[in-house]
Amino acid sequence: MRETVVKSHPIDSVFRADRLPHMFCPGCGIGPATHAYAQAILESGIPKDQHACVSGIGCSARVPGYMDVDSYHTTHGRGIPFALAIAVVKPEMEVTVFSGDGDLFGIGGNHFIHAARRNVDINVICINNFNYGMTGGQAGPTTPLGARATTAPYGNTEPPFNLPYLAAACGAVFVARWTALHVRQLKEAILRAMQKKGFTFIEVLSPCPVGFGSPNDIGDAIEEVWLYRERCVVDHNAHLPDVDIDLRRKDAPFVMGNFVDIDKAPFDPLAMMKKKEGE
Amino acid sequence: MSAEERVLTGSHFLLGDHACAEGAMAAGCDVFAGYPITPSTETPERLSRRMPAVGAIFVQMEDELASMSALVGASLAGARAMTATSGPGFSLMMENIGMAAMMEAPCVVVNIQRGAPSTGLPTLVGQSDMMQAKWGSHGDYEIVAYAPSSPQEAFDHVIKAFNTADRWRIPVFVMADELIGHMTERVVIPPADQIPRVERKRPRHKPGDESFLPFLAEDEDLVPPIVHAGEGYRVNYDSLTHDEKGYPATFAEPHDRLVRRLVNKIRLHVDQIIEYDEIFLDDCEIAVIAYGSTARSARRAVNEARKEGIRVGLLRLITVWPFPENKVRELSNQVKAFVVPELNLGQMSRETERFTSLPVVGVNHAGGVMMAPDPILDAIREVNKNA
Repeated sequence: MRETVVKSHPIDSVFRADRLPHMFCPGCGIGPATHAYAQAILESGIPKDQHACVSGIGCSARVPGYMDVDSYHTTHGRGIPFALAIAVVKPEMEVTVFSGDGDLFGIGGNHFIHAARRNVDINVICINNFNYGMTGGQAGPTTPLGARATTAPYGNTEPPFNLPYLAAACGAVFVARWTALHVRQLKEAILRAMQKKGFTFIEVLSPCPVGFGSPNDIGDAIEEVWLYRERCVVDHNAHLPDVDIDLRRKDAPFVMGNFVDIDKAPFDPLAMMKKKEGE
Repeated sequence: MSAEERVLTGSHFLLGDHACAEGAMAAGCDVFAGYPITPSTETPERLSRRMPAVGAIFVQMEDELASMSALVGASLAGARAMTATSGPGFSLMMENIGMAAMMEAPCVVVNIQRGAPSTGLPTLVGQSDMMQAKWGSHGDYEIVAYAPSSPQEAFDHVIKAFNTADRWRIPVFVMADELIGHMTERVVIPPADQIPRVERKRPRHKPGDESFLPFLAEDEDLVPPIVHAGEGYRVNYDSLTHDEKGYPATFAEPHDRLVRRLVNKIRLHVDQIIEYDEIFLDDCEIAVIAYGSTARSARRAVNEARKEGIRVGLLRLITVWPFPENKVRELSNQVKAFVVPELNLGQMSRETERFTSLPVVGVNHAGGVMMAPDPILDAIREVNKNA
């Protein structure tokens, strides 16, 4: 039998290869999303030493630990204020928060809305798998109404957040949504986010076959990705109040796109002093 | 107030909260991240004017969870970082005080204590966060806490706190109380070149050196050198138990090794950290132990008792944590009893009991008003009569 061994890949240089293989479950969408982030770092033209990757707690929050950049695996929900501090102390750095929907919008929701309002110069990449994956499939702030979770055995009684709508309403200068299938579009969106000054937000829909797919009759990862393929439509000009997502619904498309791309002055604690000097 | 000077050298009539702010300015604080809370608010108000004028960063965060997380981030980006709060905010900070201990991120938290628990007495004095300061976040870790007895000490202790934090890579607390925070007294600020400054230990390895283990403590002090964001070391800072490389290592053996080092770097070096004042201790038969605003009343009570011929002395704590257990043991060979006045129902008195078999008489109320000298004097007289 012939054996094919790939000794190295150009993207290896962005990973801590000695920490691989990673801990994610088979079929998890965090891998392709991480690949897109890594590719964006390579293509960004910003030296690796100038990137920082920050997270809270959860499956997606384990990503910074695999990246060969300054990385910070902080406490649950608190990645954003940590990243804010790095961004204001080292404004030359490209600071990205890579974390999950429960971390960023459940326990960390307050920090998200305020960082977006302030227009802090950080990128937030949110893996949205519609549940708390690491703790074993509990309902969270993105779990669709009626969906089953280990803490919602009769179906979730709460409506979920529409994340792009929320991010845009809070003032993010760049808002996008892609899936773990759309790796090229996702990489381009991350690159755009890295180019922009201010608070950028990218939602990445991701299969979690164990936590969400299986109890909700979506099936395994291949079936969920197939669903993305069949049902996703790209509409950069989508009306954001209408882009909520429920993978189980057959009557509505999953709307993808780079929805917001505007320019606003980024957060600068010394802005008023500079203004004074200019006067 | 000249807004452009970092160090306001000279003699001032200063509010305690403002003295904390000037201590931060003099210590070279680069980042303040905080949330307004009575009775500490005058500290961020003053810093919001003072810091931008010298190019330093003042950020009012959305809550104390964010404030403490930002402190750790700022610290690991190379900044001297401080916040100021009171009981309810201190409770919220506990989560990321643990992260600061775990990531060994030097930072300073000023707590202007008020009556508690819960919302308690927002505008009135308390000293009931003393045990929380030591044990508030989950897990075994060590911190250092100072307790100023005057606005002058508030200024001095904030500078000490920055230096101790940077020396040992820990969060350090200034456990003031509302009386000190809202007391206006003379504060003498020395010339800038006379402000003591301890620099962080930096790595001898260059970035990219494969042999560099960022969490390996090679020196006797058990403190590893610190690397900052953007320097090219590309270190992983983790709130999980991590190995010397900084990688998650969630097993019993590396966990015990890490946690033991985090506590031993302080426990084995308390002699370099602990500070106190000894007042009439040489010949005393009764020792009063006091800190913060209560130490002022204790001093008055001790002076009065001395006039009555009672041989009483005062051990005035400057560091409340680590607690001066050896000094208490030593005094136990000399005195007949300890008197511990405090504005809580018995916190540092309980700690005192751990190191002596002698009677420890607490003089307590739950806060809301200063500890007057009289009940302390009464306790001294009572102990003297029975001894």
